[in-house]
Formats: sequence, C-alpha cells, structure tokens
Amino acid sequence: MSGRTLYDKLWKSHVVRAENDSMALLYIDRHLVHEVTSPQAFEGLRLAGRKPWRVAANLAVADHNVPTTDRALGVTDPVSRLQIDTLDENCLEFGITEFRMNDVRQGIVHVIGPEQGATLPGMTVVCGDSHTSTIGAFAALAFGIGTSEVEHVLATQCLLAKKSKSMRVTVNHRLPEGVTAKDIALAIIRLIGTAGGTGYAIEFAGEAIRSLSMEGRMTLCNMAIEAGARAGMVAVDQTTIDYIQGRPFAPKGALWESAVLNWRTLKSDDDAHFDYEVCLDASKIRPHVSWGTSPEMVVTIDDCVPDPERETDPVRREAFERALVYMGLKANQPINTIRVDKVFIGSCTNSRIEDLRAAAGVVQGHHVAESVKQALVVPGSGLVKRQAESEGLDQIFTKAGFEWREPGCSMCLAMNADRLEPGERCASTSNRNFEGRQGSGGRTHLVSPQMAAAAAIAGHFTDLGAF
Amino acid sequence: MEKFTVLNGIVAPLDRSNVDTDAIIPKQFLKSIRRSGFGPNLFDAWRYLDQGEPGLDCSKRPLNPDFVLNFERYDGASILLARENFGCGSSREHAPWALLDYGFRAILAPSFADIFFNNCFKNGILPVVLDPKAINELFKQVEALPGYRLSIDLPRQQIKTPDGSLHSFEIDAFRKECLVNGLDDIALTLRHVEDIRSYEKRRLQETPWLFQ
Repeated sequence: MSGRTLYDKLWKSHVVRAENDSMALLYIDRHLVHEVTSPQAFEGLRLAGRKPWRVAANLAVADHNVPTTDRALGVTDPVSRLQIDTLDENCLEFGITEFRMNDVRQGIVHVIGPEQGATLPGMTVVCGDSHTSTIGAFAALAFGIGTSEVEHVLATQCLLAKKSKSMRVTVNHRLPEGVTAKDIALAIIRLIGTAGGTGYAIEFAGEAIRSLSMEGRMTLCNMAIEAGARAGMVAVDQTTIDYIQGRPFAPKGALWESAVLNWRTLKSDDDAHFDYEVCLDASKIRPHVSWGTSPEMVVTIDDCVPDPERETDPVRREAFERALVYMGLKANQPINTIRVDKVFIGSCTNSRIEDLRAAAGVVQGHHVAESVKQALVVPGSGLVKRQAESEGLDQIFTKAGFEWREPGCSMCLAMNADRLEPGERCASTSNRNFEGRQGSGGRTHLVSPQMAAAAAIAGHFTDLGAF
Repeated sequence: MEKFTVLNGIVAPLDRSNVDTDAIIPKQFLKSIRRSGFGPNLFDAWRYLDQGEPGLDCSKRPLNPDFVLNFERYDGASILLARENFGCGSSREHAPWALLDYGFRAILAPSFADIFFNNCFKNGILPVVLDPKAINELFKQVEALPGYRLSIDLPRQQIKTPDGSLHSFEIDAFRKECLVNGLDDIALTLRHVEDIRSYEKRRLQETPWLFQ
C-alpha cells in the first residue's frame, strides 16, 4: 500500500461520517465570516430557529465593502453600510467574535486569520470566499464555500464534501532575484490552465516552495483557485511553526508543544501517490504579466501579447480575440510597451508586510510617472499597516506619489469606492483579471508587487532590471 | 429547495469558455442582503448596453442586441448550454441565485468550476457534465432549430433531444437523491448530531488546541 498524501491525512482526520465512497460529512475547525456572503446565511439560521453549533469556531470581519479612506467618516455608501451593519448585528446577536472596522486587527479575512494564529496546521478552514485556499499554506485543508454552506457550517459545524483528486506541483531549484511567489502562481496557471486544477486539491512542493516565506506560500495557495483547485496546500516545516508561535489565537505552553509534535506529521509520505503531477524549474521563471481576461492569459515581461491567429483551437482563438478587444491590445505588441493608468498594490494575494517591503524596495528614490492617474497601496490589515508604518514604508510610498490607504479588499473587486473607470488600465497585484472585475470596463493586468511598483514609476510595464 | 425530477425546456446557448461568476452576477449586486431578485442582473455587463447599478429599473435599460439571452427565440429558456469551466472564480452563491431567478434550472457544459458546481445543488439547479463532443453537437442543434428544447430526466440520468436521441450523464448518487427529493442539507446533517458530538469529544482529547 502506498503512503498517504497531506490531503489524505487532512481529509481523513475530519470525516465525521462517510456518506459513500467520495462524499463525507466533514468537520470544520475554523469558519471565517465576511459581510458579503453571510447575511443570507444568518437569516436562514434565524428563520429555522437555529443557533451556531460552536460559536468559538467562528471569526468575522468586514473587508469587501469597507472604505480605505478616512475611517472616521464611516461608510458613506448606504448599500455597503447596510451590509456591514448587518454583519455587526448578526455577530452581536449570535455572539460571534468580530473585528470591527475601527479595530486595528480588522483587515482582509484571509490576511487576518493567519495573522491572529486563528488558522492552524491540520485544521479544516472554510469561508464564503474562494480565496480561502490561501490558508492551505499552513498545511490546513482550506477552501471557499457558498452561502448555503456558510449556513450549514454555522448550524452544524460540518459540511457535506466530496473528496478531491490529488495533484502535486513540484517547483524545483530557486527563484531568480526579483521573481516571486506570484510569478510561480502565474507560471503554474499558464501551464495547467484555469481549469487545470478543477476537481483537485493541489499540494505545492519542492525547493522553491520550501524557500518561500509564509507570506509567499500564502500568495501561491491563494491563487490555487485561479488554477481551478478549491484547495492548495504546503506541508508544515520550521518556517510554518516559526510564523505561528506567539500569535494571539495560537496554542501556548504545554499545548503548544503537543501541537507542534502533531503538526510535524503534516506532510505527504515519501511513497504517497498523487493522481496528477506537474514539475516546474523555478530558476527559469521570469516576472509574469497577464494580458487578457483570464489568469491563464499570461506571459512574461520580455514577451509579446499573443497572436490569436496562431491558436488552433477555435474556442480558445475566439476567447483570445474577445480578450484583445476588451483589453484594447494588439496581437504581438511587446508587453513592456503597455502603459498603465492606475496601479493597485493590495488584495488577499499581495498585501502582507513582505509584499509591501518588496514594493517599497523598488519605489524608494523614485516617483510615480506623471501619466499614472492613481497608485494605491492598501495594506491587508490594520496590523500590517502599523508594521509598515513602523518601518517607514508608508513614507517611501507617499513621497513617491502613492496613496497610503486603510485595509480592505479595495480595488481587487471594487465593491467600495476604489475602482477603475471604463477603459482604464491597471497594474494590479490582485488575483483576477476578469472583465469588469476592478470596475465596469476596467482592464486588469496581474503582476507581483515589485512589477506593479515598477510599472507605477515607469508608467508602463518594465523589467525590474532598471531598478 | 424545489425538487428536480424531469425538466423539459427551451435551451439557450452561451458560446464562451471560462464564464466566471463575476460575469454571471457583477459585484455591485452582491451588496444585497437577500437571496432573491438577482435575475434581472444576470450577465448584466453583457446583457445591457449601459452600466448596471443596484436599484436601476432593468426594464427601462437598453439591451445589447448581440447578447444571446436577448434573442427572442430564447425567451423563457430554462436550460443553459455552456462551455468549459463554467462558473469559475468567486464563490458567490449569488451566481446560481441569479440563474435560478432568471429561470434556469439546468446547465449543460463540458466542465464546471468546483465551487459553482457545488452551489448549484444547494439551490435546485442541475449542473450536467457532458463530453465536449456532445456539447458541440448540442450547440449546432440549438443554433439550427428555433424553439429547440431538451428533456432532462434526472431519475433516469438521461437527456432527450428533439430527434429522440439520448445522452446519459453521471451524477453523484447522494447529490441526486437530495435534488430529486428537494432535501434540505442542514436537516439531513442534523440527523447525525450524535456522530458530530462523538467526533468532537474524540478530537478534543487528541487535538485539544483546536478547541481553545
């Protein structure tokens, strides 16, 4: 018998009851809640006269709708305000811990969970948000769910789930200077496509992954969903344990010792069998820039916009042609000639302290190009913001002409006031370049924080060599 | 949840791959705290020529004459024919809510994104995976014949075309049972309260730090 994968171990330890070969009632250790996908779930709970099964398993925060400008002004958009107020009221009514808008711990749900030590190795973690895959960086089984499932978890602490197939993506060797976890993610999506991971849980392995910080691993797992995989994960190592130690929700004392012993087993066995395996060479990965309206429409900085004429599959060719029209680009246009109107550094993909340090490193001593209308830096949480300010990063950004904002999802999905106007082009550190994602008619190019910073300064995409 | 047994309905073809949930229901409509009323804003950015905002009366907005759902021949469609990776992206259940509110009860595609696929079952929508050849053939047939209808028989796991040919499809037995009987997942799970309690008791012994 072959050994077990990390995913097998996480799955098996959470099966409350097997329904059949592949469906099981799975126990959920941590449920993260935000304002957009929870109101209907709480309403359902109320209508059925149910209460949360285990209140302490839930942690809530408003992030999608919150303004990133002066918080003292409150939420001016009445529709957004109603959604945030509804979360506050629901948390109060059911006794759920919530970091409210003026709490320094408030931030993007996928940033604050790990930051608080509320998402631990070996846990099942769910949230009504597809980027919950981020948390898999801690060798947790973490995935996004819909609102009906949010209600299900609240009511029963369980979910009916179907076991995924297993995929291992091994990234060998080390990344070159200036190439990041974001570029690994985009390179993988380019290779396997946005549906390549559908039906799979992906484990990221190999020297390049081991060398990543927890921030980098979170960036990578965050984008597993963009490769179609509901869950991405990385095995526990010393980097994982060091990150968690001392965080507010992390175990302490004797409990810490026994937890660490347990966590060290959270890796795939040497002889584990994966249903699918992919290998990449990190040393050959270059900075990536997406050109189209799907994360798989991505090339490297030294490349050109692809020519649909060369695409043999008719469905793909049509998608390429449509994307070029939407993006206002021409086939064969060099990527480094594409000019940007706005720059967004933030989102659950790239808003952690390491991302801000990397971007500031590029920005220092330079100024945002005059042709760039707006360059935003939106930290992932109040604590990230505070840390960055203590290191003087805010000064570097603001001196260079960036706006230094309050934490939230912001222009990643433009549910608050931060958005692109029709036709505007943005270098964005977020995760989705779908049509209209950052604002109706807006054009998104996905890049790493360094590449976004460089585009802000040059006014167009450019290789980091110049900085 | 409404039961799903046999559906006979008009088919609308959406000939694009990787249709994401942002396209199915754009984010400005996610601010609603209700489950219903999303139908008029289904595919909003493709369906209308102006910019959609919550609260706008959609009956007065200019329609995009090139968008397939605005073709008269697809009026009243309850089956959506789609391409690869339908429903990718955000986990928003507002996407199936919008499809359902518009009138769709079944979606046929060569593949679906996992979260969307799962969300469909919670709302009485049947997502059917057919092989790409069969989907291609259906696209040809739908486009050739105005008023084209399919009959989807979930208990038999069969789709019948107007010329009488049959396509069978696979579905997880548990999900099928829930859909056919319109079962409420939460009530089903709460039949196993004792299992959940004993699981918690055991885990509290083994991994107490998870219950702090």
